[in-house]
Amino acid sequence: MTAPTRSHIKTLKIDGKDYSGHEEETILDIARQNDLFLPTLCQIDGLSVAGACRLCLVEVKTWNNRLVPACTTHVEEGIEVLTHSERIDNYRRMILELLFSEGNHVCAVCVSNGNCELQALAQKLGMDHVRFPNLRPVRVVDMTHDRFVLDRNRCVLCARCVRVCDEIEGAHTWDITGRGIDARIISDLDTPWGSSDTCTRCGKCVNIYPVGALVEKGSAIGEMVKHHDFLEYIAEMREARE
Amino acid sequence: MSEQKTKVTVATVWLDGCSGCHMSLIDMDERLIELAQYIDVVYSPLVDRKDYPEAVDVALVEGAISSSEDLEKIKKIRAHTKILIALGDCAVAANVPSIRNIFKASDILSRGYLENVTAQPQLPNDPTIPTLLPVVRPIHEIVPVDVFVQGCPPSADTIYTVITELLAGRMPVVTELTRPGA
Repeated sequence: MTAPTRSHIKTLKIDGKDYSGHEEETILDIARQNDLFLPTLCQIDGLSVAGACRLCLVEVKTWNNRLVPACTTHVEEGIEVLTHSERIDNYRRMILELLFSEGNHVCAVCVSNGNCELQALAQKLGMDHVRFPNLRPVRVVDMTHDRFVLDRNRCVLCARCVRVCDEIEGAHTWDITGRGIDARIISDLDTPWGSSDTCTRCGKCVNIYPVGALVEKGSAIGEMVKHHDFLEYIAEMREARE
Repeated sequence: MSEQKTKVTVATVWLDGCSGCHMSLIDMDERLIELAQYIDVVYSPLVDRKDYPEAVDVALVEGAISSSEDLEKIKKIRAHTKILIALGDCAVAANVPSIRNIFKASDILSRGYLENVTAQPQLPNDPTIPTLLPVVRPIHEIVPVDVFVQGCPPSADTIYTVITELLAGRMPVVTELTRPGA
């Protein structure tokens, strides 16, 4: 007699409805497969999961109503997940406001105005103003690269640049140093981007960044349109090769 | 007997902004004529009245709070207004004027009036000239705001919706129509 095999398929409830998913899939995966909207900023298909922005947080009723990020939480048998409630929506807006309250997010004079994921989320989640005073951290702009600019004042620390450079380009030019409000993006060992030995000038970080922190030199307000279809293509090709 | 209803009194205010929001207001074009049946603009850069009236129903305030004069004005406006609307990104989020916040006000003055000046460099010192506040703030950090209308500037359609919703007795929600930087 063989022992019963453990099922890899888990059944869970999202917003009161039954869904199922493979145990290696996350709550976000299942939500996306079923066209349930969850806001995301740091997550992007084709890169590893960071769980940095916390915008996709959901409430798990069966875990004492704990709030967990949907992108990093794997599905489990019998869990009951809530994607929207007054509490969750309020926290999501608060996360956005905290992002806006740190650094310069003046959309009117940003090269990414109209093509910015942070700005679009603010509108989608109904953020009509920021309740917290701006902390005005002093952050250095790196213009040493001949093609690109890093404006740390507009950075939201999503770490998309770090991941795409490491996982797709294989260069690992970017890292994050410091903690809390002192956290910032650095190239190589905190040396100017323009003098980097590892940067291949591929521009993947620029195109994948959700806001106007990494941009092409010479773009004017609203001109910086990002193209990240390359990521989907590369991820697909890699999968096919495996 | 006269059946004429009393009109809603409206003030429009220009603090530290570029007047773009007022341009957008005027951009309502012929709808202004329609609105004129229901509203009476009692105080505005567009009408010749110097002091803020005792009682105003609705104030559309453009601009951030950057100077001692802005600060004094916004407190007075709040005290004499039923519904205060923060109009545009400067009023809502301090926007472009707040970019100076990473510098000291004294450094900004000396940059503008001493360092970059060849003829008679001097700091403004006339008591009638408002002083710069150390930090530029959005309106809601000084006084309570009833309606936030983002945009740089908010479109004429957005402003029209705000006014007509208020006239219909509803508090306008316009986040779907506008966004920061719109």
